[in-house]
Amino acid sequence: MAKAGYEIRTAIARKQISAVEAVEAALAHAQALEPQLHAYIRLLPERALAKARAIDEQVRSGQTLGPLAGVPVAVKDIFCVAGEITTAGSKILENFRAPYSATVVEKLDNAGAIIIGKTNMDEFAMGSSCENSAFGPTRNPWDLEGVPGGSSGGSASTVGAITVPIGLGTDTGGSIREPASFCNIVGVKPTYGRVSRYGMIAFASSLDQAGPMAGDVLDAAQTLSVIAGHDPMDSTSVDIPVPDYTAALRTDLQGVRVGIVSEFETEIGKSDPAMAALYKAAYEDLQRLGARLVDVRLPHARYGLATYYLIAPAECSSNLARYDGARYGRRVDGDGDVFTMFERTRAAGFGDEVKRRIILGTYALSAGYYDAYYVRAQKIRTLIKQDFDAAFELCDVIACPSVSTPAFELGAKTQDPVAMYLMDYFTIPMSLAGVPALSVPAGYVNDLPVGLQIVARAFEEATMLGVAHAYERATHHAQARKPQVALSSSAAGSGS
Amino acid sequence: MSQQTPVQDSTRYEAVIGLEVHVELSTHSKMFCGCRNVFGAEPNTLVCPICLGMPGSLPVINRRAIEFLCKVGLALGCTIAAHSKFDRKNYFYPDMPKNYQISQYDMPLTTGGSVQLPSQKIVRLNRIHLEEDTGKNIHAGGHMATSDYTLIDYNRAGVPLMEIVSEPEIASPEEAEEYLVQLKTVLLYLGVSDVKMHEGSLRCDANVSIRPVGSTTLGTKAEVKNMNSFRSVVRALQYEIQRQEEAVRKGERIVQETRNWDETRGLTYSTRSKEQAHDYRYFPDPDLVPLTIEQGMIERWRSEMPEMPLTKRQRFVSAYGLADYEAGLLTSDRVTADFYEAATAESKEPKLVANWMLGDVRKFLEKHGLTLATSLIRPQPLAALIKSVTSGNISGKAAKEVCDILVAEGGDPQNIIEKRGLAQVSDEAAIKQVVDEVLAQNQDTVASYKAGKVKALEFLVGQVMKASRGKAKIEVVRAMLLERLG
Repeated sequence: MAKAGYEIRTAIARKQISAVEAVEAALAHAQALEPQLHAYIRLLPERALAKARAIDEQVRSGQTLGPLAGVPVAVKDIFCVAGEITTAGSKILENFRAPYSATVVEKLDNAGAIIIGKTNMDEFAMGSSCENSAFGPTRNPWDLEGVPGGSSGGSASTVGAITVPIGLGTDTGGSIREPASFCNIVGVKPTYGRVSRYGMIAFASSLDQAGPMAGDVLDAAQTLSVIAGHDPMDSTSVDIPVPDYTAALRTDLQGVRVGIVSEFETEIGKSDPAMAALYKAAYEDLQRLGARLVDVRLPHARYGLATYYLIAPAECSSNLARYDGARYGRRVDGDGDVFTMFERTRAAGFGDEVKRRIILGTYALSAGYYDAYYVRAQKIRTLIKQDFDAAFELCDVIACPSVSTPAFELGAKTQDPVAMYLMDYFTIPMSLAGVPALSVPAGYVNDLPVGLQIVARAFEEATMLGVAHAYERATHHAQARKPQVALSSSAAGSGS
Repeated sequence: MSQQTPVQDSTRYEAVIGLEVHVELSTHSKMFCGCRNVFGAEPNTLVCPICLGMPGSLPVINRRAIEFLCKVGLALGCTIAAHSKFDRKNYFYPDMPKNYQISQYDMPLTTGGSVQLPSQKIVRLNRIHLEEDTGKNIHAGGHMATSDYTLIDYNRAGVPLMEIVSEPEIASPEEAEEYLVQLKTVLLYLGVSDVKMHEGSLRCDANVSIRPVGSTTLGTKAEVKNMNSFRSVVRALQYEIQRQEEAVRKGERIVQETRNWDETRGLTYSTRSKEQAHDYRYFPDPDLVPLTIEQGMIERWRSEMPEMPLTKRQRFVSAYGLADYEAGLLTSDRVTADFYEAATAESKEPKLVANWMLGDVRKFLEKHGLTLATSLIRPQPLAALIKSVTSGNISGKAAKEVCDILVAEGGDPQNIIEKRGLAQVSDEAAIKQVVDEVLAQNQDTVASYKAGKVKALEFLVGQVMKASRGKAKIEVVRAMLLERLG
């Protein structure tokens, strides 16, 4: 169906359509595409329609409408929604009904957004293709044989398929930006601490951030304004005022210094000439808009992947210990004792990749290895942060590849975990540094979409979104073509 | 007995004990969530997504728990860390909702400090750190291995728990008890815990080893757990020290292990747990930011500290002329000490107030199953009662009766004296009448007194007192009898 979120809100406010109509259309569209995409673990028609009726009542009674009033959105199944099953893509939580809502879910509710469903994801957000979901893979709306990226693949796929204008994802090492790149949408990983993690099922606590995934920069900015801010329930959320990100959107880049990372250019040059050419063209577009390109260096970024694969598994090995079958979720009985129950529950409940990372992390934290692995990884993390600090002395934002390839085919990398891990090569350093980064559509390689990554200093999302907006307005890459699935989905009753 | 006593039998051994004391802090809410922190509620009614470790929930530090712990640190002369942090202690156990415990590993809130025993001995502290308590497993068959099922009560999960770790400097079970009593007194003074060992708000584990007297190296230690009262700490330590000594004398080697105290059988037994094999994989909790404690905050806490028991005890000796022993009893808890000072201020009779409080008041409290905190007796009425005795308004015997009532029911001594007609009679006319009656009824005794049997006088005094139901002032009675008989 959909137009942009801000267009839907305006139409509802002007009573051109009702919120119920908007939600019904989105639900119908989602249902029609499910057999092809499998973007959702669960649709929430009852909850969504009840909320939509409440919005229509607000419209009728002339109440002030929230900034996302009546806008259908999809949230990754990692966010707790009170009373609804929340699985994190795992069998171990297949029957877990959340007793409370995540702070970001409450914020979306309060802004009038209508959650139509919980989207598919790699189990516990561990993966780069959405193939690690316990509930089957999601497909890419631009190539039904291709992956949508991961771990926020469901949200990327449904926004890419233009079912909803806005989705919510989480990004630990690239889980918003990589699928955004694969599905031709805008995906924003905010500064660590900008958005509350309360009620978001933890993978790696020091890296996880929730962020918007949207059809365009304006919707992403609007959504970030809604979900950002200090939360007393999350000690790691930072108490800095939230600007109106939509006010910072600009159309030219006069006076903006854009850093180009030498190490990344070398790397992309080695991978695929077509990709290198696409990014070169993107930098030139930025230049044409008035930006000044400057060379910057991130000398320790090459250690990012190794560092990440110590810190994230270490944290996950501890975070996932609570899934033992004792209190909630799946349980497999033991031999009359609790420890065999724990073992069997976890053996049956977790998928291979999750187990792999729990084992990696347990090892990295073990006595005798802790200093060599975890402590050393934290030191390199500090060096990577310092690299960014130094780079941002020279530039206002960094522009670089989001990924080294467009979407790959399902199954192409499932047998080779390291090849899968390498998908996050360009996104992990920003996660380790905690700085904000986004991916914005930058064109096509082999007829598949590819995103440009824009990175800013901590808490300077406004600058980053401003640059992305100017680039988007000048290039219109996302609008240049239509996704495969949208062409083949006349049954979806797309009315626009 | 035998002349062939083995050489090692002449060796004398000494015990080396270190205590790890866990104390639940009596904050209003739990350590990392808003759930109420109280003992004895219906199982699993004081829980929320956070203390149940629900997916997505996050901890938030209870500032009051930090304050409580730091005040304990200040009272015990510890160094408060300017920078501290919380770590995760990872291990699987069903009473722990997250299968890790948020604790402190290498940056505890305080280091150093000491507990001074009444004997003047100083037991140094290693550290005090803060963590969250676990839930409670309730095994249907009393023990996990023999139960068909286990119920878990998570009310206690997430309650702030302070761990006070001593250096291995305690030399005997009795000294361990003194240490615990002293610690308990300090904690009660600060009001940071209710320190009830039977409710588990104070729990104690002991590291015990022995070594030949004079040796400076530490022997292999056993960790003794499951001691549920101060008395069981003493018994368990006595047993364990003896066990180790016997083992060593038999030429056996002490193994490092955890041993549980069995209260009914009066012995410790090896848990055969793989405790030593545990690797807790501590790492900083990424859900919490490091703590910084500003000097100004420490100064504010310091200014809010009450006078500590030992200081108070010394002051009671110097200011009120009490014996050290009396001062010790009167400062054993804050309620008693405050009561004493209030009653003394009112009566200006420091010595008498001490006598009353340590004598009759204590006796009647016991009789009624009360404590100073639960009794209705107040310092001002006790002071008034003492004045009534010193002024001769009532007899010592009558005063005891009033004291009994004050302890049981509270109230004002003057009212009780009037209502019960306990006022002492010194009116000579009234006494004369009773004396006359007694003399008339005891002609024989009068005669024997006059015949030289001096003791007969005391009989007559007793008769007069009895007839006046104890109200007649005894000095007046004796003088009057002597006058009449002389």
